[in-house]
Amino acid sequence: MSNATLSQKRPSTLRAASLPKWFGWAVAAGSVALGLGISTVAGLDSSIQWALIAGLLFIVGTFGIAARVEGKRQAKDRVATSLVWVAFLFAVIPLASLVYETVKRGVKVLDGYFLSHSMGVVATSEPGGGIYHAILGTLEQVGLAAAISVPVGVLTAIYLVEYGRGNLAKAVTFFVDVMTGIPSIVAGLFVLSTWILVLGMGPSGFAGAMALTILMLPVVVRSTEEMLKLVPNELREASLALGVPKWRTILKVVLPTAIGGITTGVMLAVARIAGETAPVLLLVWGSNYINANPFADPQASLPMYIYLQFQQSGGSGAAYDRAWAASLTLIAFIMILNLAARGIAHWKAPKSGR
Amino acid sequence: MDISTKVPPTPPSSDAEPQRAARGATRIGDRVFLGLSRGSGIFLLVLMAAIAVFLSYRAVLAIGEDEGNFFTTFEWNPTGNPPVFGIAVLAFGTIVSSVIAMAIAVPVAVGIALFITHYAPRKLGGTIAYVVDLLAAVPSIVYGLWGALVLVPQLDGLYGWLNDYLGWTGIFEWQGGAPRSMLTVGILLAIMILPIITNVSREVFRQVPQMHEEAALALGATRWEVIRMAVLPFGRSGVISASMLGLGRALGETMAVAMVLSSSFEINLSLLDPGGGTFAQNIASKFSEATEIGRDALIASGLVLFVITLLVNGAARLIIARRKEFSGANA
Repeated sequence: MSNATLSQKRPSTLRAASLPKWFGWAVAAGSVALGLGISTVAGLDSSIQWALIAGLLFIVGTFGIAARVEGKRQAKDRVATSLVWVAFLFAVIPLASLVYETVKRGVKVLDGYFLSHSMGVVATSEPGGGIYHAILGTLEQVGLAAAISVPVGVLTAIYLVEYGRGNLAKAVTFFVDVMTGIPSIVAGLFVLSTWILVLGMGPSGFAGAMALTILMLPVVVRSTEEMLKLVPNELREASLALGVPKWRTILKVVLPTAIGGITTGVMLAVARIAGETAPVLLLVWGSNYINANPFADPQASLPMYIYLQFQQSGGSGAAYDRAWAASLTLIAFIMILNLAARGIAHWKAPKSGR
Repeated sequence: MDISTKVPPTPPSSDAEPQRAARGATRIGDRVFLGLSRGSGIFLLVLMAAIAVFLSYRAVLAIGEDEGNFFTTFEWNPTGNPPVFGIAVLAFGTIVSSVIAMAIAVPVAVGIALFITHYAPRKLGGTIAYVVDLLAAVPSIVYGLWGALVLVPQLDGLYGWLNDYLGWTGIFEWQGGAPRSMLTVGILLAIMILPIITNVSREVFRQVPQMHEEAALALGATRWEVIRMAVLPFGRSGVISASMLGLGRALGETMAVAMVLSSSFEINLSLLDPGGGTFAQNIASKFSEATEIGRDALIASGLVLFVITLLVNGAARLIIARRKEFSGANA
């Protein structure tokens, strides 16, 4: 096999025949063209189909040609490479389409008016209206959830890292892990069963915030724990050696050192719960009116707003436009939080002892 | 907790320093602080217990009223007289949609993770990893909106195709309705859990000892052989636990499924025809019209979902815990 089909490269008896570098691209281009051709001839109009055909042709073509020229092992290697590329492209397409469609359809009605008005007097089928009430609701619910879960979460993490030994700490660690996996709808059902069904309270932003707390707590505990573990022990020992009590050591030395990472963790947790719909659906119900009081009466929130617009649209374009614009706002909010969190993590990283 | 084992323990604050008794102020501060932080930990445990207890309590109330068998009834009519409801359809739908999602997502996610760590040029890989990280944060409601308004219209052609060539299997039979079926849900769930599985798998693949790979290369292995012999065996448990985390997400996913699936209370063997339902989707869609017993019935089905996700996540954590050096918890 080795000297059978040497190309115009320098002849060397030690090197087996190999395909040129542009081989992969050529096969890719060929299979895309062929895939498109087959679809046009067969009259397949869906882009998913020709992409699937092209992907298949690409893999088969690579294997066939490479097996003939380079041998079986190399051919397998090339197939693996092309499979990985195909997997990558197939995954990128929907994700890119998600971002693209949201931006494209979202900017249609997204403007200052949309951000500063509610749906109060606008029927779902009419154009107009906005998301002011939903932004207000999201900020209040997420703010309340953060106000509960940040202190509790940070204190729990401090307990686990600074004090925790023995069974209690083990149990807490285990159940934090378990809590991470609670589906949001179950958190909503729990608050429903206690706050609304047993205590007889009505729907309110606060009820939603309690469910969001359940979702946010484990994330805060986990990330804070990781950050506290990164604080070098020398700092603690130096402080204790100066006679500083342990609690002041934690407050004045350990926490300030880790504060960047903790902030990052909290912001990521906020970004996670800001997009939760299911608990809001069960506990806050959503509303078309501005309700600034999170402790009484139904409230809107951004994800809930998207759901309501979608659900009650009756196929009307105006409602879909609003849903897309609200999605764009929500994604932008979450992405800004994420990027800011990563920025802080990056900026504070050298101080964290690694 | 690692720290406490590695270093000589700092003096325990609460009761083991009697000689410092004179400085009462510091001791009180320490006690208060320890109390607060321990209290938070205990609060967390109480919360978990409360979740289990309250859900079970309402569930027992509901199942007591149920005239059908809660696990085998193919009906959801808690307001009827007598009330009859069961989770058979929901369990079937949840399992089917998650299995489809896993079957699509796991190979693709492993492929992307390998692409990022071993195939892409370093800079491109870094960028892609960053973007995938961000995509993991896109809320499920947006996936739902995209799925219902963009993905569903795209699937007509594919469904017709599957029906033409694979319709004889019965699984891929299509009556021609809107493709708001279990397969669509599975595809959407796969897209949603891709980023998580990719992120965790990527972390594991990155930790493969350089020496293993270099040894394989030195023996003349091709890149695929390096991956098959050095990377995949090392990363197997990590990939499994990543998949379990993704599975946990897929099982509990609510809004996206509720927006895409056109549900009904019957088991449909064809994946392409609308019908069926999942636990979470059923709760979200039935909630607004539910009466008191209806809510309790939904809570009962939520309890089942809770238990299933606990088992799946617990298994994932166990696999992770066996390999301590890698923690997927912060992914």
